[in-house]
Amino acid sequence: MISPTAQPSTALLSPGPLTTGPIVSVQDLKKWYGPFHALKGIDLDVAVGETVVICGPSGSGKSTFIRCLNLLEDFQEGRVVIDGQPLTREPAAVAAIRRSVGMVFQQFNLFPHLTVLENLMLAPRLVHKTPEQEARATALAYLNRVHIGAQADKYPDQLSGGQQQRVAIARALCMRPRILLFDEPTSALDPEMVKEVLEVMGELAGDGITMLCVTHEMGFARRVADRVIFMDHGQIVEQGPPGQFFDAPQHPRAREFLSQILSH
Amino acid sequence: MYQDNVIRPRMTDSPAFLGGTAAVVFAAACLSGAGQSGLGGLLAPVVNSLSAPALRTVAVALTLALAFTANIHLIGKLPLRGQVIAVWTELLLLFLVFFDSFDLSYSFIGTKVGFMITQGVLTTVYVSAISIAFAFVFALLGSTAKLSGNGFAVAVASFYTSFFRGVPLLIQIYLIYLGIPQLGYVVDAIPAGVMALSLCYGAYMTEIFRAGIMSIPKGQWEASRALGLTPWHTLSRIILPQSMRLIIPPTGNQFIAMLKDSSLVSVIGVWELMFLARTQGRAEFRHLEMLITAAVLYWALSFVLERVQAHLEKRFNRAHR
Repeated sequence: MISPTAQPSTALLSPGPLTTGPIVSVQDLKKWYGPFHALKGIDLDVAVGETVVICGPSGSGKSTFIRCLNLLEDFQEGRVVIDGQPLTREPAAVAAIRRSVGMVFQQFNLFPHLTVLENLMLAPRLVHKTPEQEARATALAYLNRVHIGAQADKYPDQLSGGQQQRVAIARALCMRPRILLFDEPTSALDPEMVKEVLEVMGELAGDGITMLCVTHEMGFARRVADRVIFMDHGQIVEQGPPGQFFDAPQHPRAREFLSQILSH
Repeated sequence: MYQDNVIRPRMTDSPAFLGGTAAVVFAAACLSGAGQSGLGGLLAPVVNSLSAPALRTVAVALTLALAFTANIHLIGKLPLRGQVIAVWTELLLLFLVFFDSFDLSYSFIGTKVGFMITQGVLTTVYVSAISIAFAFVFALLGSTAKLSGNGFAVAVASFYTSFFRGVPLLIQIYLIYLGIPQLGYVVDAIPAGVMALSLCYGAYMTEIFRAGIMSIPKGQWEASRALGLTPWHTLSRIILPQSMRLIIPPTGNQFIAMLKDSSLVSVIGVWELMFLARTQGRAEFRHLEMLITAAVLYWALSFVLERVQAHLEKRFNRAHR
């Protein structure tokens, strides 16, 4: 749920889609690290507003896959189109894609030498040339939205892990992305901080932003995801709505993964 | 070092250690013929009656061994800070005795020291300060060039660091002072000296800067890219400000080193501290007086700078825990 203090969500989101096709379209994506075949042909279409959770054992290529979507990793074969823009390694194409794709990292990667507010304002000021007053207002609105408006003038080191990760989410939102990528956003958090981050992510999903989340939080996947994707050995092995995936997994490896992750 | 909480018996209380130390000092003093040295002279009233030289040496060596051993035994009982102060004081006194044995003319030093400070120290400090500022810029350019993906930049920067780190500073000073006029530009001694110092130290500091930049976690680059920052903004707004924290302390170290290496520019006639130390005493054959005065002034300068550096380091760490 959106907190009552936040502005109406539609004011904070980018304008709606121009086309009705998928906002993320991946065809036959292949990647090698030297001789190691990390991604063996990924096909995926994500609709506007969809929340997709990607899970799978470690080393299955799920992080590598979403890092390919904004070219933090390069790939050797396949075609990726994001928001109508084909992903090549050309600077203009990459810049356009990174403008419409926000990312949240496992280790937060906040800028430790800047205050929370400066962390949020830097990219809009430099990339979008947003005037300072406007950037500040936007930053404060998003900080309130992730429920840490009071921490605006602190440095990241002074915040708890959960607060830092919520700042990181707000930082990504300040660029008004159409798609948000989450790379194991709660894996580096103490258990009692996981909930506050997942709640914010759930609120975002409810607001209609397109999300791709790599996570081991199966409760979150069941509650929030529109679709769950299971990856293993660089391939998508199984996908479906959370109800179907959790209650009746088809593939033996998915069943094994779920029994291990849900039994502890 | 990270001290353990175990309390070990003090070595300076152990009879074996003290006995061993006494034996070593005694043997060394005997072998070096302590009876004939200046130390023998100091103990002369006591040992003069011993006419045999060998006996005199043994007596002096024994006195020395006992005094030394008793000294470390007693100082060993002090807390750490007390030990440091006591040993510092003793070493300083020994130093003074050593200098005093040169039979220095303190009045001569008194007449020259004012000029050595107003002209020599001042020139040394400002030549070093200007040079470190330029060196900082060269190091910034050199390190970013070395880490860039541009072949020309990598080549020029690595050639630069290779040459200026590989050739003695003294030769660089001569090459710049004598070489550049061959191209038709006459350079004064001070600009030539500053150029040599800053190019040389810039080359050393390039490596410090490079290490500072490389120590910033990959995640900082990735977050900047994911936000769409340009490579220039990533470097200037995210990476360099963070590496400064690691770069500033060793830069202070380099400044102290440069302060002393700036003595090399005296060879091209810059009137800095070393130049005055060599020239002021010449007329009256008072070389040692001036050299010792210069040594003390250099030491005092470094001491002040070390304090400043320690203070800076503390402040940088406080800002970023």
